[in-house]
Amino acid sequence: MQIPGEKEKPRGIRQLLRAALNAALVPVLAIVTALVVGGGIIAAAGGNPIAAYRGLFEGAFGSAAAWSETAVWATPYIFAGLAVALAFKGGLFNIGAEGQLALGAVISAWVGYALPGLLGISLPPYIHILLAVGLGAAMGALWAAIPGWLKAYLGGHEVINTIMMNYIAINITQYLLNGPMKDPSPLNISARTPYIAESAHLPPLFEGLRVHWGFILALVAAALVWLLLWKTTKGFDIRTVGLNPDSAKYAGIDVQSTVVLTMAISGMLAGMAGAVEVTGLNYRHELGFSMGYGFDSIAIALLGKSHPLGVVLASILFGAMRNGATRMQFMTQIPVDVISVIQALILLFVAADAIIRFIYRIRARAERVTLTRGWGG
Amino acid sequence: MEWKRFGFIALIILVLFGIVVLIGQEEVDPGVIIASMLATTIAVATPLTLGALSGIYCERAGVVNIGIEGMMLSAAFFGWFSAIYLNTIFEVPDTASLWIGVVVALLTGGLMALLHAILSVSFKVDQIIGGTVINILAIGITGFLNRQMFFEKGSVFGGQVPHAPGTLDPIHIPLLADLPVIGRVFDQQPVTILAIVLVFVTHFVLFRTRWGLRTRAVGEHPRAADTVGINVVRMRYINVIIGGMMAGLGGAYFTLESVPSFEPLMTNGRGFIALAAMIFGNWSPFGAWSAALVFGAAQALQINLQFFREVIPPQLAILQISYVVGLAPYLLTMLILTGIVGKTTPPAADGQPYDK
Repeated sequence: MQIPGEKEKPRGIRQLLRAALNAALVPVLAIVTALVVGGGIIAAAGGNPIAAYRGLFEGAFGSAAAWSETAVWATPYIFAGLAVALAFKGGLFNIGAEGQLALGAVISAWVGYALPGLLGISLPPYIHILLAVGLGAAMGALWAAIPGWLKAYLGGHEVINTIMMNYIAINITQYLLNGPMKDPSPLNISARTPYIAESAHLPPLFEGLRVHWGFILALVAAALVWLLLWKTTKGFDIRTVGLNPDSAKYAGIDVQSTVVLTMAISGMLAGMAGAVEVTGLNYRHELGFSMGYGFDSIAIALLGKSHPLGVVLASILFGAMRNGATRMQFMTQIPVDVISVIQALILLFVAADAIIRFIYRIRARAERVTLTRGWGG
Repeated sequence: MEWKRFGFIALIILVLFGIVVLIGQEEVDPGVIIASMLATTIAVATPLTLGALSGIYCERAGVVNIGIEGMMLSAAFFGWFSAIYLNTIFEVPDTASLWIGVVVALLTGGLMALLHAILSVSFKVDQIIGGTVINILAIGITGFLNRQMFFEKGSVFGGQVPHAPGTLDPIHIPLLADLPVIGRVFDQQPVTILAIVLVFVTHFVLFRTRWGLRTRAVGEHPRAADTVGINVVRMRYINVIIGGMMAGLGGAYFTLESVPSFEPLMTNGRGFIALAAMIFGNWSPFGAWSAALVFGAAQALQINLQFFREVIPPQLAILQISYVVGLAPYLLTMLILTGIVGKTTPPAADGQPYDK
């Protein structure tokens, strides 16, 4: 079945490749342009752009350990980026990934350190991991389903509500990590939970490297999101509601429950991002670790054009930049923060693709996303 | 603006003030508590008021602005940086460099808004994405420059934060500020006073001038406005830039009025609460100001309760967890947005790019 407004399905390898190239053209040019402008900023700051970028690349991909760290960075980005991308496909803007991620991490940590003691039994690793990740994901889903429900049944705009729920989540997390869930060890002054039990650890992929099974889970999640969106009826519903809620309604789709479902799945993915960081990497939740993921995930979803494969590639790029930045700073004395500027520029050029099309003289296709239709009330 | 909403807002403020008076009356005279709460409320509401005014100018002209936070943050940095730079390198006197800082903050906000206008009015990028770009760009630029200018060895200040020229001096309103007890309420710093003046100015401009009528026409029905010869694009550009300057002044509050320093991410979501205040106040200046005062009162309660930590009765122990009160603005906004408390009506063409 063809959704009005969607392009013809490409047939055959050659057409598929051409479609992929077309889709990737603007993002790739946006990255190149941002790197050029970023090079100018590095030069203006007294650094050598070539040396800086070489350091960045070596730091990100120069050794097995570098690859591993890039994957470590990319893991939560993939989950959170998928969260925003899936919501985009459903015509919803989830700015709340940060809050959903934080609460997912909190619940996951709690399951990790407190649940066995509470139940009075030691959980077998598989069950414990499953519970820690699963309940963290469920918490994220619940947190996102609330603004979804408010949107579907009361008309409250999800952008404002997810922003507000971000701050509510941050307040709750602050309270929990400074109060009931605070690590009770005598020397601790930070707002963080105790370490989770060994049975809740998501094991590393290779001995001696930090990259863990969460990365594989993230890739599986990307594949599942792709399957859901393009190979199932529910996914068809989600995309149809995203393109045009009115015609979706006439086609007999339950728009309201689809909106809630879309937000819940989106929040589940964001919650997974937090849960996987806790169980696979940090083995605890510490205040402030979730900061910035909300905006980064939006940037990744936009750069990846809301396609799961695009999100994975964009996440690896962003992960590589964050990871390589340390070596870049070491080699050229350029502060790591320059990466944030370059990432913002990438987003700017991807969002305003008219600028890129103008610079490189690429003909525009007639398409435009409009997510904002007033705040409702 | 309906009276019901103002009544609701007044009630919340009364309750918040009442809590502090009840708790602190044994220790401090209630009059002093109320004066102190009022003074703090007005001061901390300043960036919220200015941010909300920023949103009003933009959205009344039909451009959604969720980049207020980023505009404030960048203005806070550049305003502070120029003040400190002039003060240390060129030895400009403290007060003069602070005021130049305010002007730079204003211009920075306007410049960021210009970018938002280019993106959303000319390139017709989705306005929420445009605002998100502004926010991310602001975090990146201010974080990078803050590190580069103050913490790197080769920086202009030789790798250390130089001595700041302090904060803007309070303006002592004659007669009112000399009143006993309540006088301190009228002893406010200039950006705060400017913000209040701008609430009245904005109301007048929007509802009593030709310019305001045209702005609202562009935000409600751009095609009709275009038909009668109003330049939609020009109106949107100018209003967005004015809005950006409001946010810029709000940014000045952080580094030139409240504290004499800059920290990365120091606006800490105030731009988003300002957005909430705008919606809460139904896109009207007085409504937004009163909403900002509610949120300010919640914050003032948190601040003032610190002094009475020991005497909080056990029934109210939950208030010791200041996070509970901290949730109020967000919950209230969600309630009002979903129509549970009152009703909001945004400008009809809010968020829609205009195709001729």
